[in-house]
Amino acid sequence: MNFEITVLLLAAAVQSGTPILYATLGEILTEKSGVLNLGVEGVMILGALVGFLASKVTGSPLAGLLAAGAVGCVAAAVHGLVCLVFQGNQVVSGLALTILGTGVANYIGTGYVGQLAPGFAPYPMPVLSQLPVVGTIFFNHDPLVYLSYFIPVVLFLFFSRTHHGLNIRAVGENPAAASAAGLNVAVYRWFGIIGGGFFMGLGGAYLSLAYTHLWTTNLTAGRGWIAVALVIFAFWKPGRAVFGAYLFGGIMALQLRLQASGTQLPSSILLMLPYALTIVVLVLSSWKKGTSDEPAALGVNVEPAD
Amino acid sequence: MKVLKALVVMLVLGMAMAAYGADKPVKVGFVYVSPIGDAGWSYAHDLGRQAVAEMDGVTTSYVEAVAEGPDSERVILNMARKGYDLIFATSFGYMDPMLKVAKQFPKTSFMHCSGFKKADNMGNYFGRMYQARYLSGIVAGAMTKTNTLGYVAAFPIPEVIRGINAFTLGAQSVNPDVTVRVVWTKTWYDPATEKEAAKSLLDVGADVIAQHQDSPGPQEAAQEKGVYSIGYNSDMASFAPKAHLTAPVWNWAPYYAKVVDSVRKDNFKAESVWPGLADGIVDLAPFGPMVPEELQAKVNGVKADIAEGKKKVFAGPIKDQKGTLKLADNTAATDNELLGMTWFVEGVVGTTE
Repeated sequence: MNFEITVLLLAAAVQSGTPILYATLGEILTEKSGVLNLGVEGVMILGALVGFLASKVTGSPLAGLLAAGAVGCVAAAVHGLVCLVFQGNQVVSGLALTILGTGVANYIGTGYVGQLAPGFAPYPMPVLSQLPVVGTIFFNHDPLVYLSYFIPVVLFLFFSRTHHGLNIRAVGENPAAASAAGLNVAVYRWFGIIGGGFFMGLGGAYLSLAYTHLWTTNLTAGRGWIAVALVIFAFWKPGRAVFGAYLFGGIMALQLRLQASGTQLPSSILLMLPYALTIVVLVLSSWKKGTSDEPAALGVNVEPAD
Repeated sequence: MKVLKALVVMLVLGMAMAAYGADKPVKVGFVYVSPIGDAGWSYAHDLGRQAVAEMDGVTTSYVEAVAEGPDSERVILNMARKGYDLIFATSFGYMDPMLKVAKQFPKTSFMHCSGFKKADNMGNYFGRMYQARYLSGIVAGAMTKTNTLGYVAAFPIPEVIRGINAFTLGAQSVNPDVTVRVVWTKTWYDPATEKEAAKSLLDVGADVIAQHQDSPGPQEAAQEKGVYSIGYNSDMASFAPKAHLTAPVWNWAPYYAKVVDSVRKDNFKAESVWPGLADGIVDLAPFGPMVPEELQAKVNGVKADIAEGKKKVFAGPIKDQKGTLKLADNTAATDNELLGMTWFVEGVVGTTE
């Protein structure tokens, strides 16, 4: 692997990490409010399908993207309904959402498999893309990748510098205390769930509008689950999520490039890498729990205040 | 009374049909592994089904996206129970489930694509796709400027390895310096991964991307980079009109019509068949406008030679990647050698593991 191929590998890492990044940030927003949403995979695939269909019908990828975000909100709201209104088990509801989302998307999408829709094309950033190395890695992508650069920053500032961001964290850490302090716990949790669903929907749309311009069954191929694991890896910090998402994207891109450059390693071992890394990451993260920002009340339902 | 009337009418009709020698109505079922809208493997089979459905007295139906294993057994069993006369199962993993059902329904005819197990009422069939891949290799070998061809491949099984070897031999026949780089995706259908695999090949300098995958993902990658591509299964030109040179394609219609006809005439035989270019079951998609006419003529010439049996794709001397002579001068590979091929020819970069 020479220098030039390494740079291209890093560029590919950014691109294949982007859909996971959107989903991971969405899950962080949700979990910060104290709600565990294991339905990421289902929300993503619905976003991928609806984004694709909307772009196909309207001819505008931007409309597709917004539709994907909207359907992400709706799908996540189902989870909110179960957990916040009916006090259902968050783990079970999330798993059900994954199964439901995958099933519905594959059912509706069957007739559209293999068709093309207008999507986002690569748009090299003026000036920035001319920078050596950094230009190729970060500024030679489609607009959705550039958009994903801003979200972690916005989320970081939101959680650490704004009134409502701090309130969300309070609700996730200690809902009883937050409620006693006069915060409306349910409203903040709804915000976390629906806002998170929006980003998960965008992550799905990235797959059908930018990564490829196609729809197919199981397009997300388990990326939603990787996002769930990455939240733990990231210690619930948006900045670390960026690192984690690109690391996973990089491993996925690396195994293909190792093959392309003629390695003699069996491809089965190379294909195992992303999943082996997931396990290593989970083990390491649970070991170093001290520095984590895990919300203390994650997965705990709160009775609606009367 | 009504029942009696209906019976009489049916009897008369039946006698009339017998008198005219009309063929008996046939119900044909198809089982597909992926959705048919995929421009790929199942789509090609469904074109065959549509042709069969046009025949007189033939009704067809299909079930798509059937998982291999227990699900497929249930689907095939259901079709047999509903009185289908002939069932085509079009994925390797349907072999054992179909065999089980075939034993329970001796009067129904079963055909399995790409397998090797047979029963008295179950045959198998496949096509010599490697012949068409050899032709597509000639096109790729002539069009490359970097002498590096990329090949996005699904699983390291003999069918795929044979195709890669045939493609490489075809390319080498017009361009001895050419190398073929192989990336395994371990999936038949995942557009995102397949596209990424194609990009990884583009990154190492490949300027023609071929594929043994069912999605057009690799075609997109080639078009975005402004290089060429070779499709697979069916004409994929619509996905990448500027890149698509040609594609080795399946054409099941004539074969399916033949089998349906044999069932209709009550002389179905449970055979193993492996037809090729000569029977039209495999072919090349129309050439893209960037393929020069001399090259098109040359490829068509080789195609005629293969169809007439004058040329064998796997004819010695052929060496493997390590340079060991696998096929001596003036010998052609036997069908068994082809069906069990697990080694790459010289000029392929990659591993079969």
